[in-house]
Amino acid sequence: MIALLKRDLALALRSGGGFGLSLAFFLIVVMFVPFGIGPDSGTLAKIAPGILWIGALLACLLSLDRVFQLDFEDGSLDLLATAPLPLEGIVAMKALAHWLTTGLPLSLAAPILGFLLHLPAGTYFWMFLSLLIGTPALSFLGTFGAAITVGLKRGGLLLSLLVLPLYIPTLIFGAQTVVLLADGLSNTTAFAILAALSLFTFAIIPFAAAYALRVNLR
Amino acid sequence: MKFEVSNLGCRRGDLRVLSGVSFTLTGGSALILKGPNGSGKTTLLRCLAGLAPPTEGNITAPNEQIVYAGHADGIKSQMTVAENLRFWADVFGQDSIEQALDMFDMHPLANRAAQHLSAGQKRRLGLSRLLVTGRRIWLLDEPTVSLDAESVKTFAKMIDQHLIAGGIAVLATHINLGLKTATELDISQFKARPQDHGNPFLDEDLA
Repeated sequence: MIALLKRDLALALRSGGGFGLSLAFFLIVVMFVPFGIGPDSGTLAKIAPGILWIGALLACLLSLDRVFQLDFEDGSLDLLATAPLPLEGIVAMKALAHWLTTGLPLSLAAPILGFLLHLPAGTYFWMFLSLLIGTPALSFLGTFGAAITVGLKRGGLLLSLLVLPLYIPTLIFGAQTVVLLADGLSNTTAFAILAALSLFTFAIIPFAAAYALRVNLR
Repeated sequence: MKFEVSNLGCRRGDLRVLSGVSFTLTGGSALILKGPNGSGKTTLLRCLAGLAPPTEGNITAPNEQIVYAGHADGIKSQMTVAENLRFWADVFGQDSIEQALDMFDMHPLANRAAQHLSAGQKRRLGLSRLLVTGRRIWLLDEPTVSLDAESVKTFAKMIDQHLIAGGIAVLATHINLGLKTATELDISQFKARPQDHGNPFLDEDLA
């Protein structure tokens, strides 16, 4: 399983792996917001947590169809499914690799980009932490969507439609974690629910996605 | 080691393709599946590999010994030949990839990126993968496609060695490999009556 994780990370970092894609997209979205909204720092500060979260979510979505599709096309997925690894473990490793190459870099970049959006002082650490705790849920939910659509040619649109509703709770509680703090309120509840969402997806998605894969490989 | 299939039925998607397939193989024997295109060779092999559940019948085999090689070789083009083999060796818990590199004389190619291999070289890499799995029941779907005459001979030798070592092989192929201990099975005799009712959720027993 570690071998699979290492291979996926190596593939993502090499040419054509799409590692930089999500990060570049995130950067572009966030950079463009001040141009579109105007440079008023009060307005920007108010919407900054939401914009950063939406940007991260869309950037995450962008690379989802690669999670299984490439392995499906070159036959690796058939071979992995008959290998001595449990399919649930394969799914979990795929989701983890996706997070390490999208969610983690996005979390690290968010505070820096937050500076461009006049993110209120004192919320930088929480911006990072909310993304760090919330983006694994995005990767796991997305992996489930990717498992359902794996056999489809150009399944990207369907994948987005399936996954976006599932992303809404994570988006709400992730953004609220930062917004509440900026308003001087306690964000403990929002943050706890965000962490719970991630833990819930860890527990359930590997089984659901593995089942979807088995059906699709028939 | 015994690989026994009795009264097996397989389907591809919504379509029942085969029914009543039966054979028994013991260590050291090979089975060559014959039949025209579309007769269900791939469907049968995928079913035997456990990728698709059988519609009826039984497969009795040590599951942890089965390895499947399909039309696609599962090669990652950005990785080198050695890295590809090393990955599969790690997945199957094996140590050495030297034997696999020796078999098809892949040493000169070991550090070449797989995207720069020819179709035949890719197939040789795909077949070498069998040797790093350490498994003893090989299910091979059209293994000789795009191989040159020399490599086909090497492949036949590889199967021979595998059988001598007590392994089992089931091959779907159209060419004669000259395997001494192989039996042939024409699977067009097991063709199932298609019951294409177009509803994947409807159980066949209820239909």
